[in-house]
Amino acid sequence: MALTLTPNFNEVGKTYFNAYSPGDDFYELLINTHRDLSDEQSEQVNARLILILANHIGDIATLRDALQLAREGV
Amino acid sequence: MLKTYTYPRFEVKPAPEIASGRTLKVPVVVVGAGPVGLGMALDLQLQGLPVLVLDDDDSVSIGSRGVCYAKRALEVLDRYGIGKQVCEKGVSWNVGRTFFREQEVYNFNLVPEADHHRPGMVNLQQYYLEEYLVTKAQQTPNIELRWKNKVVSVTHGDATVTLRVETPDGIYSVETDWLIVADGARSPIRHMMGLEIEGKIFKDRFLIADVVMKADFPAERWFWFDPPFHPNQSVLLHKQADQVFRIDFQLGWDADPDEEKKPEKVIPRIKAMLGAFDGRDREFELEWVSVYTFQCRRMGSFRHGRVLFVGDAAHQVSPFGARGANSGLQDADNLGWKLKLVMAGKSPSTLLDSYSEERVFAADENLLNSTRSTDFITPKSKASKAFRNAVLGLARDHAFARALVNSGRLSVPAFLTTSSHNTPDSEPFAGRMVPGAPMDDAPVIERDPKGKTSGWLLDKVGNQFVALYFTNDPATLDAATIDALSNLSWGGIPVQPLLVSPKPGTAIGGIPTIEDMKGIVAQRYDARPGTVYLLRPDQHVAARWRRLDAAKVQAAVAKASGNA
Ligand SMILES: Cc1cc2nc3c(=O)[nH]c(=O)nc-3n(C[C@H](O)[C@H](O)[C@H](O)COP(=O)(O)OP(=O)(O)OC[C@H]3O[C@@H](n4cnc5c(N)ncnc54)[C@H](O)[C@@H]3O)c2cc1C
Repeated sequence: MALTLTPNFNEVGKTYFNAYSPGDDFYELLINTHRDLSDEQSEQVNARLILILANHIGDIATLRDALQLAREGV
Repeated sequence: MLKTYTYPRFEVKPAPEIASGRTLKVPVVVVGAGPVGLGMALDLQLQGLPVLVLDDDDSVSIGSRGVCYAKRALEVLDRYGIGKQVCEKGVSWNVGRTFFREQEVYNFNLVPEADHHRPGMVNLQQYYLEEYLVTKAQQTPNIELRWKNKVVSVTHGDATVTLRVETPDGIYSVETDWLIVADGARSPIRHMMGLEIEGKIFKDRFLIADVVMKADFPAERWFWFDPPFHPNQSVLLHKQADQVFRIDFQLGWDADPDEEKKPEKVIPRIKAMLGAFDGRDREFELEWVSVYTFQCRRMGSFRHGRVLFVGDAAHQVSPFGARGANSGLQDADNLGWKLKLVMAGKSPSTLLDSYSEERVFAADENLLNSTRSTDFITPKSKASKAFRNAVLGLARDHAFARALVNSGRLSVPAFLTTSSHNTPDSEPFAGRMVPGAPMDDAPVIERDPKGKTSGWLLDKVGNQFVALYFTNDPATLDAATIDALSNLSWGGIPVQPLLVSPKPGTAIGGIPTIEDMKGIVAQRYDARPGTVYLLRPDQHVAARWRRLDAAKVQAAVAKASGNA
């Protein structure tokens, strides 16, 4: 499975009239998940989220690419 | 006085009621001659209603406010007769550059979609827009503008609303059947009526600077996140008419507005900004500086009996995405025809509740989009700042991250898909033109006995209900179809039939034809021969079918007009 790096957010059953809407929907969910958390709690949420999503993807080759990409340039 | 613009002074005349002591009686009053109140007056006169407009000032909006007018607002302004003027004076920009710290992260070129009359947006100083609206209103016999007329009290009776109006020459009273409140964000009338407006105060300040550029400067939009010349904040630059550029510096809540406004503080900041891109020194002159704060809030309902709230009086958003005047003009677009139907006794007054229902829905969408932009631009926590910076870091190389960069989503009209006045589809259709959709434009040719003119679909519809009937050849329509199309009106509400055809054809039975020469109308509306669209006077889709059934069209008219 090659890493998807083009816009890929969507929700079943939803009609979008603007291209930016699904990405903005996701981003809002992400930020809201951190609302009212301390910095340490936020860090824990992020770590858990990565683990959950990594397991969901499962394919280690894809994950290797993603991990490498994330590390580049920081 | 600005260097590039002279504020007009409108003539203030003593109100005859001051000498006579009589109460002025009129059917509709609009309070406030900002862009929304003026748009409202023009909309109502297109419906054949006489309108009195009261404003406590005698000029246009002072200083730098609205800049960016988006496609739908331009289309509404076309209906009011000033779209062309606004587009010709306004400037279009296509290239946008996004910077993060020292670097340009990416740029985009918003090439406008072909085959639409109006572009995605034009930039124009708000005072020009207001001046054009005032001039148009002054040319319209049905509109009376009274300047330096300040409403100081409102009494809402059962059958009328009474206003006390203060003028330089004295006080008088106006009694009206309907009051439209367009008195801006502070809305004195909202306060007089003791009505609430709820939402978030947005704890930030912005410095607005208009500068006249001495040399050529590209007509581009530049947006900086966390630039070296203004750390931890955002900066936006874009072009307006007359070589005037508008710069917005985010200041943060703790900034001292008076200190920040001083030229010795502002000028070096602008110099650093203009040079940051390519190191060039650019000469400019300061035209206007002010500091603003913003709120994100709306009233619970935009209708209170005989009083209707429009524009900033009803809802306010943060400036990211330019939704203030744009959405206010769409309030006027939505309300004009409904008020006319109610005043003519063709619809129950509950139709006006649908104005509130539909525009509250739109306001919520605007609030959502502007709040999301605000949250991206000004992250409120360490975690959200980390995500924001990660998005900007990835945006250089990856399309998915570019799509998440949110420096303001351009104002687009709401799709009123949840409106109780739509008739839901009973057959499958593809595309965007669902019931409740604001109409997509398309190029057309119209033929009449005088000849042929090329034009635009949106210029052919509006101000009344229209039924579009798609056919391959107008000459082949049978008598029953022509008869049905000629008799779609319901309950005294006219429905104008309009044939859409790829083939030129002469009007049959007096039914006008528009020629869909490129097939774009049919494509955008997913139409086949026999498809029917019922369109509202505000150019929104009310209903659509695959074949004509006059009874169904009439039922949809009844529903759209609040009669079913
Ligand atoms: C910095 C800034 C940038 C903006 N950028 C954009 C943009 O790019 N695009 C956009 O669409 N919008 C933008 N806006 C928002 C836009 O300026 C407002 O949404 C718009 O002016 C609202 O119009 P209005 O007619 O509702 O109210 P206003 O323009 O505020 O007009 C209200 C009128 O009512 C009159 N009035 C008030 N009280 C009384 C009374 N008691 N009696 C009689 N008259 C009265 C006032 O004198 C005024 O003329 C911006 C605003 C700001 C501040």
